[in-house]
Amino acid sequence: MSEQPSEEAPWQRLSPQSLKVTALLMVAAAIAGAVPTAIGISSATGWPIALTIVTAGAVVLIATVTAFDAVRLNITRYRVTDTRVEMTTGLLFKQRRSLARERIRSVDLTAHPLLRYFGVVKVKVGTGESGSASTATNQQTLTLDPVSRAEADRLRAELLRRDTTDDAEQTERHLATWQPRWLRYAPLSFLTPTLAAAAIGLTFQVSDWFGRGGLPVEIVHNLINDHGLWQVLGTGLATLLLLGVIGSLAFQGEAWWNHRLDREPGGTLRVRRGLLVSRSLSLEEKRIRGIDIVEPLGIRSAKAARLDVVAIGLKSQQNPDLTTLVPAAPRTVVTTAAEAVIGSTDVDLTPHPRGARTRRLRWACLVLLIMLAIITGVPQLWSTPDTVNRIIVICAALINLTAVWAAVDSYNALGHGFNRGYLVTRKGSIRRSTVHLDRTGIIGWRIKQSIFQRRLGLATLDATTAAGKGHYAVLDADEHEVIDFADNAVPGLLEPFIIRPQPDATTENPR
Amino acid sequence: MTATRLRPPKNRFDPRTLPWWRVQIAITTAIVAVPLTVLGLLIPPARPWLLIPAALSLLIGLMSAIIMPTWWYRVHRWEITDTAVYSLTGYFWRTWRIAPMSRIQTVDTTRGPVQRSFGLSTLVVTTASSAGAVTLQGLDHEQAAHLAEQLTELTDATPGDAT
Repeated sequence: MSEQPSEEAPWQRLSPQSLKVTALLMVAAAIAGAVPTAIGISSATGWPIALTIVTAGAVVLIATVTAFDAVRLNITRYRVTDTRVEMTTGLLFKQRRSLARERIRSVDLTAHPLLRYFGVVKVKVGTGESGSASTATNQQTLTLDPVSRAEADRLRAELLRRDTTDDAEQTERHLATWQPRWLRYAPLSFLTPTLAAAAIGLTFQVSDWFGRGGLPVEIVHNLINDHGLWQVLGTGLATLLLLGVIGSLAFQGEAWWNHRLDREPGGTLRVRRGLLVSRSLSLEEKRIRGIDIVEPLGIRSAKAARLDVVAIGLKSQQNPDLTTLVPAAPRTVVTTAAEAVIGSTDVDLTPHPRGARTRRLRWACLVLLIMLAIITGVPQLWSTPDTVNRIIVICAALINLTAVWAAVDSYNALGHGFNRGYLVTRKGSIRRSTVHLDRTGIIGWRIKQSIFQRRLGLATLDATTAAGKGHYAVLDADEHEVIDFADNAVPGLLEPFIIRPQPDATTENPR
Repeated sequence: MTATRLRPPKNRFDPRTLPWWRVQIAITTAIVAVPLTVLGLLIPPARPWLLIPAALSLLIGLMSAIIMPTWWYRVHRWEITDTAVYSLTGYFWRTWRIAPMSRIQTVDTTRGPVQRSFGLSTLVVTTASSAGAVTLQGLDHEQAAHLAEQLTELTDATPGDAT
């Protein structure tokens, strides 16, 4: 561990193009702010005064922010030495951030349209540390905002270049390309209902800003009086759905246009994507601990799936798109890409005991009870009109059917097994997920058993790992079989703590 | 299919964990019940709405202070071998945790004020996984310090970044 760079690399500066970008952004912000302000002031004082005030304000704002950016650009320096990447910034308090190059696991390039226009890119260098509580995440990343595109590409190539002594492929290999026709899966994603709900929320918010919070309710009420309840309900739902579909098409299209997945020389995967904001993520393959084939309900019904990567230091909670290697695409495409990343994904999964289904059906019964309580309770308590009661009954019946279906479906999803060196676990109905987790990436076990599981002879096995979300569960497996499974997955670790009643029953090691 | 199962870890926790758990439950109960009681006495019209929940929470707190620690004490166990740290906790929701020695990243001991007054410590063993920590609550203070030292030595001797 040599902390001292062996040779002094020159300090470099960020791209001065940033000034133009900042200035233009501030002009846009100033215009957006100035127009309503000017209208507001002019109603009291007349146009000439209003314009003077607003223009002066805008100029001050643009000048100040741009000046700050100029200072920042002037005092920020970075360099790449043989062992470290360093950045210094700060006017009064000098900040120095330094990352060991051997720890760098990802280089993330993003550029929104303005940055792209001026040919610059924001570069984020990340180490693979998932981080204990004592080290803040910002200590593990270093952001260069912005550098020129050529410089960004140079950094990306240089920072992730490893000793090329191992016989990895030296040429770039293409693994998957997004097809515009895959956009047909976008409306099936959960973004559609979410955006529809957001549209309702926004309507209320906007009318609230104008001091008429109850207006949407009034309008709907009048519409119902004029056209009848069912008609309004039907058209309303259809309109919302249409809005959701348009929205999710726009979002997914922006995020995944021009997507391609490549393997680059030196063992890195690179995901490039984005219509307006171009993004590129380079990921060292050494830190990949597996893959996750995700099939949300809608996308699964269209025989499509998504490929996520399970990698150290990449948490999907921050940004779900970050871990995605291939967005919603036909199963065969996803399988091919998955095979390119970890090898064959063929696996026979052991189904879980009937008790797991019993457990899920009990949860569905709980939903049934709650729905019954609502159906009987609501009319008693608020003496709601008949039509509303009818809607409640229809909704409750639909929810119950869904609950029972989801119980059976999620039981059918359960399964676990081995695919060569990978532990495979599948679960979920609304969001079915099949995780292939590298067995060498398992860094501990957590076995949980609630009192209900104990009575059904079930247990949940959690494989903990430094990668992805930190633990991957085998839900409701047989309480005895799952111990054997864990023992086979990581030989030796559980051995001292295991009791096997029949000595002849010890299973041989599959490795 | 075999009847393979995990044997419980070897060691029980320090017997002083029993009163420590009871005090913890008592404090939690007090946080709920005392404000309710005080408000109930101060606001006569709302008295039944405040005093009945207060009495209920007192009852639940009392019951769990008596029963739960005994149950926990019977179940909770820990063990440290040359290769792994192993713990079993929980009564209704049992959790077995195993962290291999080679993947341990940090070993910490912590002591809360209440815990300190009982001469107890908590040993926290973390791995690179956010879900992988093994927490041994209620070890004798001296013993915890000794174990922490021993574990740190053992894990320092293991190369690699434990991921």
